[in-house]
Amino acid sequence: MAAELHVELVAADRNVWSGEASLVVARTTSGDIGVMPGHQPLLGVLESGPVTIRTSDGGTVVAAVHGGFISFADNKLSLLAEIAELADEIDPARAERALERAKAEADAAAERRAAVRLRAVAGH
Amino acid sequence: MGAQLRVYKRRIQAVTATKKITKAMEMIAASRIVKAQRRVAASMPYATELTRAVTAVATGSTTQHPLTTEVEAPTRAAVLLVTSDRGLAGGYSSNAIKAAERLRERLSGEGKEVDTYIVGRKGVAYYGFRERKVAEAWTGFTDSPTYADAKMVAAPLIEAIQTETAEGGVDELHIVFTEFVSMMTQNPVDNRMLPLSLDKAQEEDGGKGEILPLFDFEPSAEDVLDALLPRYVESRIYNALLQAAASEHAARRRAMKSATDNAGDLIKSLSRLANAARQAEITQEISEIVGGASALADATAGSDK
Repeated sequence: MAAELHVELVAADRNVWSGEASLVVARTTSGDIGVMPGHQPLLGVLESGPVTIRTSDGGTVVAAVHGGFISFADNKLSLLAEIAELADEIDPARAERALERAKAEADAAAERRAAVRLRAVAGH
Repeated sequence: MGAQLRVYKRRIQAVTATKKITKAMEMIAASRIVKAQRRVAASMPYATELTRAVTAVATGSTTQHPLTTEVEAPTRAAVLLVTSDRGLAGGYSSNAIKAAERLRERLSGEGKEVDTYIVGRKGVAYYGFRERKVAEAWTGFTDSPTYADAKMVAAPLIEAIQTETAEGGVDELHIVFTEFVSMMTQNPVDNRMLPLSLDKAQEEDGGKGEILPLFDFEPSAEDVLDALLPRYVESRIYNALLQAAASEHAARRRAMKSATDNAGDLIKSLSRLANAARQAEITQEISEIVGGASALADATAGSDK
């Protein structure tokens, strides 16, 4: 069996996803980073962006993560975010509307959030 | 019905109505405690992971960050006091306020100026009545605080600690809230959030004293710490707000339970008094009838002669 790493994706108020994975790709402030089992201990700052988790049974989990941290040690990876949503939980129509509204109001933060949500849905 | 008896009946009715209300409040509070406890539990993974990460950076790197190093002679401190918006919760708010007063005295004794930040209408009212200065106050969400509320509360505190002391900033950040131990026990506690004391952070981590690995920081230890500490403060405040909400509901449940019990006792003793009054009334009526009958009998016996 291929090596696995344990992933915990937690938002401030709930545990979003946890399970075994073979690869996690996330966007840090200095670029995309891929973490595979046995990676060196790492602590990074995340950008708003989609996080892709390749689960050990071959599936893929995509989540929209807005800010936060990635930390990896002892084959345990934690993704901490104030807000995190799985792609399945995102309503594309609502995100689309939010994007329109954010553009109209020139709210850069809201626009980025909506765009990240849409990207996460598209990548699913 | 005699006047005495009527008064008792009316009082029994009033107390019964009050008892119904307090009983309802007790049950509402009881159901909310469970919900609040569940939210505390749901926020735990984030808080634990964040504390772990903060401990890792602070111990694993040689970075000297202003937020983790203690100032030589701290002169100003900020205190965040968490109280409730509504009353009828026994000593919940006043206990928290008392703890804040003690902390304030201790800090003043150490020669520090104290800036007070308040959450909850009860604390605001207490300080307003005494015309004390409050740096900032928030109300309206103590029942069920959200993470956005915690962020809102944390923002000015983080700004204050990042400002130089000479320009109105603070050196230390304290928080006073009511810790939820169990359904029956809630303790007002005061904690120092910043500067971080590492032993404490590790203790919260579970006291395992595990040796943390040498982390690779992305992009750099300073940047990670810069981003991490505000989140840490927010998460601590969020946790405090949630625990305070759970404690508030527990305190209200207890207060309302004893109010219901007292109303029950009152009803019991009032019913006894009402019964006695009714009995006295009947006795009086009987003696009146007997007296009247014997007076009548005496009168007819007299006229016979």
